[in-house]
Amino acid sequence: MSSARLRHAASRARPLSPLFAGKKLEGLPIIVVFIALIAVFTALAPHVFLRWPIYDSFLVTIPPLLIISLGLTLVIAAGEIDLSFPAVIQFSGFLFAFCSLQLGLPWLGLIAALLGGALVGFVNGILVAVVGVPSIIITIGTSFFWSGVATVLCGGLSYALPGLENTPIANIFAGKLLGVPAEAFWALGVAVLGWFVLNRHRFGEHLLFIGDSRSVAEVLGINVRRERIKLFTLMGVITGFASFMLTIQNLNYFATQGQGTLLSALAGVFIGGSSVFGGSATMVGSVFGALIIGMLEAGIVATGVAGFWVEVIVGLVFIVAVVLHIAVESPASLDQLRRRLAVRGPRPDQATKEEIP
Amino acid sequence: MTSGQALPQPAYTNIVEAEKLCVSFGPVQALTDIDLAIGKNDIVGLIGDNGAGKSTLIKALTGVVRPSSGRLYIRDQPVDLGRYSVRKAHALRFETVYQEKSLGEKQPLWRNFFAGRQIVNRFGFINVREQRRIANEILQSHLGFRGVGIDADSTVANLSGGERQGIAIGRAMHFDADLIILDEPTTALAIKEVQKVLDFVRWIKESGRAAIYIEHNLAHVHALADRLVVLDRGRIAASVRPAELSLDALTRFLIDLQQPKAGIAA
Repeated sequence: MSSARLRHAASRARPLSPLFAGKKLEGLPIIVVFIALIAVFTALAPHVFLRWPIYDSFLVTIPPLLIISLGLTLVIAAGEIDLSFPAVIQFSGFLFAFCSLQLGLPWLGLIAALLGGALVGFVNGILVAVVGVPSIIITIGTSFFWSGVATVLCGGLSYALPGLENTPIANIFAGKLLGVPAEAFWALGVAVLGWFVLNRHRFGEHLLFIGDSRSVAEVLGINVRRERIKLFTLMGVITGFASFMLTIQNLNYFATQGQGTLLSALAGVFIGGSSVFGGSATMVGSVFGALIIGMLEAGIVATGVAGFWVEVIVGLVFIVAVVLHIAVESPASLDQLRRRLAVRGPRPDQATKEEIP
Repeated sequence: MTSGQALPQPAYTNIVEAEKLCVSFGPVQALTDIDLAIGKNDIVGLIGDNGAGKSTLIKALTGVVRPSSGRLYIRDQPVDLGRYSVRKAHALRFETVYQEKSLGEKQPLWRNFFAGRQIVNRFGFINVREQRRIANEILQSHLGFRGVGIDADSTVANLSGGERQGIAIGRAMHFDADLIILDEPTTALAIKEVQKVLDFVRWIKESGRAAIYIEHNLAHVHALADRLVVLDRGRIAASVRPAELSLDALTRFLIDLQQPKAGIAA
């Protein structure tokens, strides 16, 4: 066919502000929020934020949650959600603790933690992709189930793991490298890998198309069922790894571990700018989102504001970050945001409820 | 014409042939005993009311939906229905042009041109540079999008209906399809854009390819198709040449089909 036949005569005005035209920096709005927060904290509590120890502590406490946020980013990209990861933190952590303490095989424990996570995720995947239950519903159910299984198996008891101190496995995953916590390097590694999987790998592209529209994905020849099973299984494995890291850095398995992480990890993803509707997600955003969520509490306390204010400020930062993101990325969808905020606004209240049980 | 990615073509009579093809979704029989042969240079107009099974039929022919029974021949060779898929259909150079249903809204065009058959290394990582280059090439050489602000990084959401149709057509041309399926390609298009689509159907014919053309505008399909196949409640109600049935007669035939229990057998 001659090119003239399909030539489009109409010229178009591109609705992009000149500031963000051309190559956009991924996650820019959230990076701005992150830098602003650090600046505010430093101004208000220079004695804390101009010294290394607070950052050292962040780089220990944030990585497990951050790694989970990275996995969730893939899930959100596909237009799905996984609410069962807190149960995996409990379940996989138990498997690791059991193998380490009862069998004396911590490396087997690591494998068991990953496989346990894979099992939970695979079951989620089957229920979502084959049986056809919406993930937001079924992962509530599986969350109760696996959390219950973990409680039954550990008998409600915590496991102290002092014997792991200074063992190779503890040094590799929770030691120090060049004075920086090893967890930070692992989180960075998962983040880089996650970025490439989402943005440059066939699997990530399939997730984006599935999140965009399942029927389009099918027409394009994407095996929607298989990819979603893979997705949930991968999410389970990633959470299993985070749970292992959490357990080995504490040298303790808490029977209640994982509780209270649900909203924090999700908040990290959403303030990073990933779309709850699927089809669009940002790993860079999730990294900075998780960093912000992870440092807010300690930061606020360090500035001397009463602890009661923590969740008010968390909620504010959440709202500002999401609005900023929308304003920069797609000004036209501010209308949509108004509706979305009606859903996400009450986060601080929900977080309180989450932590009570 | 062959671009090296597909097998050299032996001579064949029919690009695709269905024999007693049935599709059911649970207890619902969507298609019953479809017998349909499409020659290698046939333009077949597929018409019928909503729910007659048109979309299901093309989905079965392109591997999106698995038939429950029957046989399928592609280029006169039998196809293993259990292993037939969209991927296979793509490899056999079948392309589907849907206006709304074959492009990812939020994704850039360099992804949309190749989704489902990306250019990847052996670890599955996409060669973005190459996909971008080819996407821009398609946009500029085939589609003449040069200078209108559309490039490989544009997202589909920003495109008009006609432009989307152009993208889907460009994709079909790039992959050098032998059978192009157009599912209501002129719906909601401006008149100028409708003309482009109709030109595209003529080009399919002139270049020796085959097409299945689903269209509710009877005048368009009557004028362009070599053969009209009427589907009604999952069965083929008629298969005629436009010369044998005037546009008025066709319209009356379709209206009669709608009468309950009209008892029409092809």
